[in-house]
Amino acid sequence: MSGASAIHAAPGLSYEAGHEHDHDAAGKALWGFWLFMMSDLILFGLFFATYATMLDPMSYAGGPTPRDLFELPGAALETAALLTSTLTFGLAALAVKYEQGRGRVLAWLGVTLALGLVFLGLEAREFAHMIAIGAVPQRSGFLSAFFGLVPLHGLHVTAGAIWLVILMVQIAGKGIDAGLTSRLARLALFWHFLDIIWIGIFSIVYLGGIV
Amino acid sequence: MSNARPEGSGQRTRRRLRSHWAGAPLLAAVAAAKAGAARAEGFLAPAGPVAMAQNVHFWQVTWISMIVVLPVLVGVPLLAWHYRYGNARARYMPNWDFSHALEWVMWLVPAAIVVVLGVLLWQGAHSLDPYRPIASDKAPLKVQVVGLDWKWLFIYPDYHIATVGEMAFPQDRPVQMELTTDTVMQSFLVPALAGQIYAMPGMVTKLNLAADRVGHFDGMNTQYSGDGFDDQHFTAVAMSKDDFDAWLKEVQAKGVALNPMAYARLATSSTPAEVRATFGNPAMPPSVTYFNDVPTDLFGGIVMRYHNGHPMTPADQPGTAAYNTKYSG
Amino acid sequence: MTTDFWRIVFGRLDLGALDFLTAFRDPTLNEIILSGAAWAVILGGLAAVAVLSRYRLWGPLWRNYLVSVDHKRIGIMYIVLAGIMLVRGVLEGVVMRGQQADGLGGGFLSANHYAQLFSTHGTIMIFFMAMPFLTGLINIVVPLQIGARDVSFPMLNSASLGLTVAGAALVMISLVVGAFSTGGWTAYPPYTDSLFQPGPGPDYWLWSVLLAGVGTTMTGINFVVTILRERAPGMTLMKMPMFTWTALCTAILMVFALPPVTVSTAMLLLDRYAGFHFFTNALGGNMMNYANLFWLFGHPEVYILILPAFGVYSEIVATYSGKRLYGYGSLVVATMSIAVLSFTVWLHHFFTMGQDADMNAAFGIATMLIGVPTGVKVYDWMATMYRGRVRMTVPMVYLVSFMVLFVLGGLSGIILANPSIDFQVHNTLFLVAHFHNMLIPGLLFGMLAGYTYWFPKLFGFRLNDRWGYISAWSWVAGFVLVFFPMYVVGLMGMTRRTVAYTNPAYQPWMILSAVGGVFVTVALASLFVQLYVSIRDRAFTRDIGGDPWDARTLEWATPSPVPAYNFAVIPHVHAREAFAVAKEAGLGYQAPPAYADIHLPGDTWMGVILAVFGTAFGFGMIWYMWWLAALSFAVMAVAFIGRALRGDRAGVIIPAAQVAAEHRAWLAAVGRLAPVTREHEQDGINHGVAAPETREVAA
Repeated sequence: MSGASAIHAAPGLSYEAGHEHDHDAAGKALWGFWLFMMSDLILFGLFFATYATMLDPMSYAGGPTPRDLFELPGAALETAALLTSTLTFGLAALAVKYEQGRGRVLAWLGVTLALGLVFLGLEAREFAHMIAIGAVPQRSGFLSAFFGLVPLHGLHVTAGAIWLVILMVQIAGKGIDAGLTSRLARLALFWHFLDIIWIGIFSIVYLGGIV
Repeated sequence: MSNARPEGSGQRTRRRLRSHWAGAPLLAAVAAAKAGAARAEGFLAPAGPVAMAQNVHFWQVTWISMIVVLPVLVGVPLLAWHYRYGNARARYMPNWDFSHALEWVMWLVPAAIVVVLGVLLWQGAHSLDPYRPIASDKAPLKVQVVGLDWKWLFIYPDYHIATVGEMAFPQDRPVQMELTTDTVMQSFLVPALAGQIYAMPGMVTKLNLAADRVGHFDGMNTQYSGDGFDDQHFTAVAMSKDDFDAWLKEVQAKGVALNPMAYARLATSSTPAEVRATFGNPAMPPSVTYFNDVPTDLFGGIVMRYHNGHPMTPADQPGTAAYNTKYSG
Repeated sequence: MTTDFWRIVFGRLDLGALDFLTAFRDPTLNEIILSGAAWAVILGGLAAVAVLSRYRLWGPLWRNYLVSVDHKRIGIMYIVLAGIMLVRGVLEGVVMRGQQADGLGGGFLSANHYAQLFSTHGTIMIFFMAMPFLTGLINIVVPLQIGARDVSFPMLNSASLGLTVAGAALVMISLVVGAFSTGGWTAYPPYTDSLFQPGPGPDYWLWSVLLAGVGTTMTGINFVVTILRERAPGMTLMKMPMFTWTALCTAILMVFALPPVTVSTAMLLLDRYAGFHFFTNALGGNMMNYANLFWLFGHPEVYILILPAFGVYSEIVATYSGKRLYGYGSLVVATMSIAVLSFTVWLHHFFTMGQDADMNAAFGIATMLIGVPTGVKVYDWMATMYRGRVRMTVPMVYLVSFMVLFVLGGLSGIILANPSIDFQVHNTLFLVAHFHNMLIPGLLFGMLAGYTYWFPKLFGFRLNDRWGYISAWSWVAGFVLVFFPMYVVGLMGMTRRTVAYTNPAYQPWMILSAVGGVFVTVALASLFVQLYVSIRDRAFTRDIGGDPWDARTLEWATPSPVPAYNFAVIPHVHAREAFAVAKEAGLGYQAPPAYADIHLPGDTWMGVILAVFGTAFGFGMIWYMWWLAALSFAVMAVAFIGRALRGDRAGVIIPAAQVAAEHRAWLAAVGRLAPVTREHEQDGINHGVAAPETREVAA
């Protein structure tokens, strides 16, 4: 029972000499992460759908409407911050790929983090303003849907930022190894994913609310 | 028949609670004998055109489905017996695992049945749509239904009367209903006459039904809504035209006024019997309460309560403990 | 000042919430049952602690199970959890049957208690019996069937279990502290809104379901990757055993169908805790959204539950018919179609909500369509029995009963798919009969068949057949007696969830149904007697060879009990039902040319941490003990981040020499044992080596 040809002629099952087949931990983690994002996408999709059903006078319940609340400049600024952060994350990824050194990777990641925090700060300011003028989630179904959807994205960005800090600490500590490269790749995926969600929010909530 | 509610508690103490087990001594044999004698009920004994059509549809679907069901019911025991391990005469083909002919039958016969049933389904869904008015040469009777904790309030907007525990209507006219609730979601059903429809606060749903004979039919809420849920029954009474006219006069004469105060109290959690004990008088049948002087568009007002742009505090929301405390009087 | 302090510490919890005390204040039968259940939980817990301490089992339990990432151990823990919850769920069902038998104008339970019973019964049976049972079976069987060492993410697997346990623990705690929701297993608002239910009941439901739901989503991700990435060389998708196919579809459904229930529970929590208006009556809330979200989960969930059982049936029908599975390709296509169609039918759970007839008809037809692939599966199993040699073992009793009963459930399903008829029987006991008819034969029987089938693989001895038959037939008789009367009264218009009724025509049927409850109790008890007797007599049913049923797939090519590393050497697969093909060629037990070191993942505390602090977090949220919730959340977050910072823990390496010694010893034992024909399958001489089927094979 040895030799490749004998094995492949074997009925049912056979045992081949030698090594275990490759585990490919990074590949599996990436697959798992894609699945997680698909399920997360459904989460967002349902919050979007709920928001869409709440865009009618019954759900405004006499309270503020999208037209009263949303203004493009603020949202455009948030969009700019988030989209630029995706670009800088891409530059960090390139720095990893072309082995431009730990310092440059950390620098681009630092810019990414800063832009992420700017986005969160702008968003927090917007929420604070809404709360100040009485546009609180307790006011109407529409506002509940808004405060269900948009801060959920903000929460994801916050989680991404924490993750980013952890990776930066690890890169600073022990340099960039295969494990970290794979984790960085997953975070990049997550960060881009949040961009796509934000584009959805910008189009449906902000642009849609003003048109 | 006390109408006192436990203060500040959403949980009702059941009057009928018994601490002994009355069911235990009954023997299964008695049960079976009684079961044999049980008469048909609900839409098994339809009393109106909608329930009748549902009944027919039910049996059609059942019999057509038998084409795919019976082979299994008969075939499985036969296969298990004939191909039992000990049967040396049965053929054994351990490597047989596919047959084109069999595949076609397995997929296409059920698919064909589904096509037939699908056509029936489509027709039934449309012809028996609860929103579809029932064809008749007479104008339908309008009834507005409000689901409350644990009774239905029937408003007859054309006659300014309302009832709890009994919904009367003339046998020769279809009934056109609008439904809402002033508490949690409920579902309205009179099995002998037509199917059910949900009733939801702040929303209006519709139901059309008719009877083709006079009679008393059980109606209910089928959506669990709290401790008194099982008491939320009423009698749908189909009457002759003359009887219905007399009934209208009787309700107008003997009813109590359903002013806002009375409605507020009516909306507290109570069963039809308790409503009768609170509002009724000896002239009303047991568990039935008649109201007159019903304000115009009481129904619309109840629906709009949820769209006035103000939050609903517990003290304003029928069905809550705070509301019961405030309005039980 | 002190009052404030205690309020911060205990939130809204006070002595009145302690259910085990109520019977002393108000000794009615209702309260005695309520307190009795609380005492059962407390005493059961204490007894478990006592037994573990008496026999010094804490150490082994901790090392071998609680921190283990071995998929088989995790699977066993899932099934133990399912077993505990099954006991509670069945007993609740039996109490409800007793109540309704006595329910003509009254009964012995209060309406509120009855409502808690049907709510916990449904919640437990779906989320904490069925889900753990099937997840446990998938955990145990899938890596073995695909020739893998473990799942792709062993730590995540332990974490999923931890979250499921936390959810189940909250449901159990609700028996002792406070009261569970009365809103049914679907928890429809506005009834479950804080206006109507300010108490902790719906919060118990919400946090249990949310925690378990997140765990299930992670399980789904884990198994999709495991099945797609961990298969042994040569095992193409179309060579996978049917159970693995159904596990794949179930895992995919878990990934995509659990998010809706996460969303609906999260929104209802926001309504209840933060005054949002997703589903409230006023200010623009819309309860119809809840129904949509919930059933967008709820309907695929039905197939998450039923597909693994279909997989079990596909395995056992081939094995116990001594024959190849008929129509493998058809079964794969049917399974996938069911999984896809399951997302297109959710509206049939509320035909009665007032949408137009076109919409209802479209969803009704989509619903009927699912009947086609489901029917094909049943026919395929029949065709597998055709020209086989069928042994009526315990799993086959479950299978045969399932096929007959399930098509009747399918019939009632086709009936319910018609909006026009659904308007009549929706919310009645007809509906209750229908879904129990699908889930008891379609899920529970399958799980019990799988438990009986794979038990020797894990523990090295077979289960007792006599008690197995008693249990199986009692389940069948009990099921028929409990639920067929419900079809009748449902058609007569008896609503579900009614504690009492006034129509005397219902009572005979309800008494009949309660008699069925006695059979179900016997069936449940027999399962435990069977386990006891089997352990006691294990010397006589020892499975050494690892193939007690002359079975066909890869997991049976291993020793029983299967070692932690599963396969001494990962096999190369060249055929469907690879082990059967190999045995036919006399190559069932080959010595591999060489052995290699085996690397296994290390232990993790993550499961235990999530179980303990997940429970504490839920409890803190439910009782407004914010400090407890915050603290527990922080512990979980730190554990998670710490895990991320530290990276994978060093695993265990089993040296090649040890693997070789164990494997050779087993091969030698197999060589010594007398192969057993199927005639003696249930006898003491069956030690797990099958003799080839000798009867003449027809052309």
